[in-house]
Amino acid sequence: MTTAELIGQDPGWLITVKAFMVFGLCVILTLIAIWAERRIVARMQMRLGPNRTGKFGLLQSLADGVKLAFKEDLIPKAADKIIFVLAPLISVTVCFLAFAVIPISGPVSLFGRQTAMQLTDLPVAVLYILAVTSIGVYGIVLAGWSSGSVYPLLGGLRSSAQVISYEISLGLSLVAVFIYAGSMSTSEIVAAQDRFWFALVLFPSFVIFVISMVGETNRAPFDLAEAEGELVGGFHTEYSSLKFALFFLAEYVNIISVSALATTLFLGGYRAVPGLGFTEAWLGGWFTVFWFLGKVSLFFFFFIWLRGTLPRLRYDQFMKLGWKVLIPSSLAWILVVATLRVLTAEGASQFIIGGFTLGVVLLVLAASTLYERSKVKRQAFLHNIGEMPEPSFPLPVMPTARKNERLVIESHE
Amino acid sequence: MNPYVPIIAVGAIGFGFGLISLAAGALTGPKRYNRAKLEAYECGIEPSPQAQGGGRFPIKYFLTAMLFIIFDIEIVFLYPWAVTFDQLGVFGLIEMALFILTVFVAYVYVWRRGGLEWD
Repeated sequence: MTTAELIGQDPGWLITVKAFMVFGLCVILTLIAIWAERRIVARMQMRLGPNRTGKFGLLQSLADGVKLAFKEDLIPKAADKIIFVLAPLISVTVCFLAFAVIPISGPVSLFGRQTAMQLTDLPVAVLYILAVTSIGVYGIVLAGWSSGSVYPLLGGLRSSAQVISYEISLGLSLVAVFIYAGSMSTSEIVAAQDRFWFALVLFPSFVIFVISMVGETNRAPFDLAEAEGELVGGFHTEYSSLKFALFFLAEYVNIISVSALATTLFLGGYRAVPGLGFTEAWLGGWFTVFWFLGKVSLFFFFFIWLRGTLPRLRYDQFMKLGWKVLIPSSLAWILVVATLRVLTAEGASQFIIGGFTLGVVLLVLAASTLYERSKVKRQAFLHNIGEMPEPSFPLPVMPTARKNERLVIESHE
Repeated sequence: MNPYVPIIAVGAIGFGFGLISLAAGALTGPKRYNRAKLEAYECGIEPSPQAQGGGRFPIKYFLTAMLFIIFDIEIVFLYPWAVTFDQLGVFGLIEMALFILTVFVAYVYVWRRGGLEWD
């Protein structure tokens, strides 16, 4: 029986119980995630981090939540009152939806019924996740717009431009997965990875996905929307009390959802590491939840690690990476994967496949060499400008070098 | 049961949680009126006057949204092709390569015209 059929048999009460379980899992994971992030970042910066509330400071996030509830709930004078209240509601409603199609465990028995810890199994599950995460942008942009203030407006626009730019490369990186799995359903994608994880077979897709998921969730080093030195707090500058807490919750649930999506699509979901001899019969059932949560925490640790290591990018560098590097490279990768797949399916000889792979590798090398050379040339050109006596003031070397060249050429004429 | 019913269930739980939080925040918090507190936050200085309808912002953001639509539609065409890839075979591959190349021409055009530059 497939997972879809198994889940399709659930009676109404079981669906309700599972929905509450998924919701509870998201909230508890968020509380733990915030605590873990603060502790781990503190360790990376040679601090202790919160360690007073509860054992190891475990209750810190809960204490912060309670504190926020007793803060004044402000609505600024210039704000659009209805939308200002509606925006956090949109964010928090939508952030849980993505988890509905994530397979958290294999077949298990819950209250004496056979089911799987996955709320529903759609044939278009991944498309659905992309759609739902896009609705989250409405919460951000409406919050920024309705605040009636300059910082939130710019922060909200930045966030939404960032999310939609990286959504393209995120979407493109999934195409290779669909080609290999032959399906968009999350449970079938997990089932297709019983021998090899897609993270190994489709490594470039995995890298592109991981980069764009960091950009998509507005996290460091891509957290330009809340660049404190430029925009105060970003789109939620004017929010206080529990409205702010809702945005915070939504942000962390989104991070956990994309981690869960990455686990499902690239690391074999709830399944054990292939080749270690863990079978469904031996370590199946509820034990699969631990595999799932372990892999999700691995991704979450990666998020924290990035935050503790990398400085924030500048906005133009960030957009350049998204539009000029990730999109063309993922398009090229899709064509390469598709060609390889067709060649193997058509039974082409090893010779042709090897030749094709070699050709692609050579092309990539040639392109990168050409790029490096043009960069060196431009640098040398700019260097010469600095030595010329004509402009009496030092010309700043700007990142948009081409513009400088043009300026200088015009001034020479 | 319809597979979309559980989605409504989890959405309703999230919505209810949000509503309860909003109501709780309005009830539990203190209310101390202060004129300066209700002004827009601009690091303590007098807020700059806002234009009607939310204020002005750079046209770049609008352009980014338009470009996003182009590529998003490309993705929408790629997904069904990827799912049925094995049935389509060589024909599908060539068709899709032509399609990607066509969109790529537009992409190069936008790049050369400076549509992807931020300054």
